[in-house]
Amino acid sequence: MNWVLVFPIAVPFVTAVIAYLARNYPAGRWISLAGSVLSLVASAALMAAVLREGVIAAQMSNWDAPFGITLVSDYLSAVMVVITAITGLATAIYALGEIPEQTERLGFYALFQMLIAGVTGAFLTGDLFNLYVWFEVMLIASFSLLVIGGGKERLDAGIKYVALNLVSTLVFLSGIGLLYGVTGTLNMADLRGAVAASDNQGLITVIAMMFMVGFGVKAAVFPLFFWLPASYHTPYFAISAVFAGLLTKVGVYALMRMFTLVFVGDVGFTHEILIWVSLLTMFTGVIGAAAQMDFRKILSFHIISQIGYMTLGLALYTPLALMGGVFYLVHHIIVKANLFFVAGLAQQYAGSTDLNKIGGLYKSAPLLAALFIIPAFSLAGFPPLSGFWAKYLIVKAAIELNMWFVTFVSLLVGLLTIYSMTKIWGYAFWKPHPEGYDPTPDRAPPRVTAAMITPIAGLAAMTIIIGFFPEPFVQFAQTAAAQLLDPTDYVTTVLGEQP
Amino acid sequence: MNSIIFTAGARLLVALVFVFSLFMLLRGHHLPGGGFIGGLLGAVAFIIYSLACGPEETRRALRVSPEGIAVIGLGIALLAGLVSFFMGDPFFTGQWYWVGGDSYETSAFSINSVLVFDIGVYLVVLGGILSLTFAFEEEA
Repeated sequence: MNWVLVFPIAVPFVTAVIAYLARNYPAGRWISLAGSVLSLVASAALMAAVLREGVIAAQMSNWDAPFGITLVSDYLSAVMVVITAITGLATAIYALGEIPEQTERLGFYALFQMLIAGVTGAFLTGDLFNLYVWFEVMLIASFSLLVIGGGKERLDAGIKYVALNLVSTLVFLSGIGLLYGVTGTLNMADLRGAVAASDNQGLITVIAMMFMVGFGVKAAVFPLFFWLPASYHTPYFAISAVFAGLLTKVGVYALMRMFTLVFVGDVGFTHEILIWVSLLTMFTGVIGAAAQMDFRKILSFHIISQIGYMTLGLALYTPLALMGGVFYLVHHIIVKANLFFVAGLAQQYAGSTDLNKIGGLYKSAPLLAALFIIPAFSLAGFPPLSGFWAKYLIVKAAIELNMWFVTFVSLLVGLLTIYSMTKIWGYAFWKPHPEGYDPTPDRAPPRVTAAMITPIAGLAAMTIIIGFFPEPFVQFAQTAAAQLLDPTDYVTTVLGEQP
Repeated sequence: MNSIIFTAGARLLVALVFVFSLFMLLRGHHLPGGGFIGGLLGAVAFIIYSLACGPEETRRALRVSPEGIAVIGLGIALLAGLVSFFMGDPFFTGQWYWVGGDSYETSAFSINSVLVFDIGVYLVVLGGILSLTFAFEEEA
């Protein structure tokens, strides 16, 4: 059977168990690192299998769909799993430098691997209730990671985070209950037929909106995003990078999955709402960022604004737009995680993330400045970096549909993104340090700096590679979008050939 | 709480509830019961004990920290799932070995991976609930 689908989830779980048992020894962190490398190998094997066969599925415990839990991977799931493993590995390396020993003893690496397992599980499952379970795994792990290390500020952020996410999972769970009541199945592939055949389409649309709200909170779309900037600036930088990169994207992924596979009966209504939600998300996010003066808070608001582009790709619902959405998703995880990594190193050098209190980094750490420029301008959509292609695809899709207002907003938000990025550049890197001294790169031991700059350089290199050789990635996104728009292959792989 | 009646009664109750929790664990799968319920009952036994004698005393009686119990349980549950890898079956497929027969009706008893999984769940629930309650008790 298809064990390639199991290992990307099982490896981080097993790593979490071993890393917890070894948490009091230095071996713990190396076990975590080895586990992340193994995860990457496992997800590469999954990717190879998907490239070979298109869509693959495995029935857990040998219970056939739609009764058992199905793991299924198409192009979109596969690429998300791979990018999760890459982000996980980058974070595992970064954490070697940043995480203090007493936090390690609390089981930091076990929780971190648990989070990766939860995210991977959410990308791979083909069962709605199982998706809910993975959401809970992520929520428990992420809440603990948010407050680990203590402090009033962290606890405050953690409470807001967990309260709002609990509301979202409750709405999601109620939606699941209603959907099961209407259709009698929770297997996503089976739901496609069952939802289309239901004679209560009005209720189906209501359920669809409940899912949109539930996933919307997770994805931090307008007007449900307020938990994100309230919590992402407090934890360790390694953690906020992994949150920024992955957690909101699970919400976007779930939206993409459900609103292409299951809820496609009333596209005119649901996806029209999504368009407006996306535009407002993009705009409020970027405006919020303009008002902030903290490195990480600016980046947090930019997550929101970028989420809007991804959901816009889904909302426009054409092959080109979805392709742009998928491309955006992948590009953004790399770039955003990297920017948070840079913020961590900037704090290490200059002593703060408050832009008013730091400066002079360009003079004392030119390498870091160069490594900041790459993801920052990629985020803003400068050619030829990866963000340019992502924005280009979305904007082109909007133009093809003659939606000039959507086009205008997308371009305007891109422009405002440049404003915030140049603000960080100007304040943190160019202006002299307000207290008149040069931030020193050797504040921390060289081992720490090496551990922190390696993932930054690696992710920046990936941004450049995607930027200069976008062809294979664009083609991949095209196939992924085609699979999303015509999930026949997905359904037959899960359920077997239907008579 | 310093009631001599409660402390004396708790000794009886703890043993009884704990044995019952093991009973629930072992009768699971074919009859109502299983790791989750068993784990909850086991946690109840230790909670009664900690109400009577205090959380430090209970931690000593447990020997392993509740978090440790939960994580070890997770590991056992995962192992039970991974056994089927070596049998060529999908993840978590139950592996059964019937003693003295070839099905539930004819055999005396069975050795199976489902029970191993349930033991894992038992420990996860026991450890998880206990670490929660200890956190509350020790806070106050």
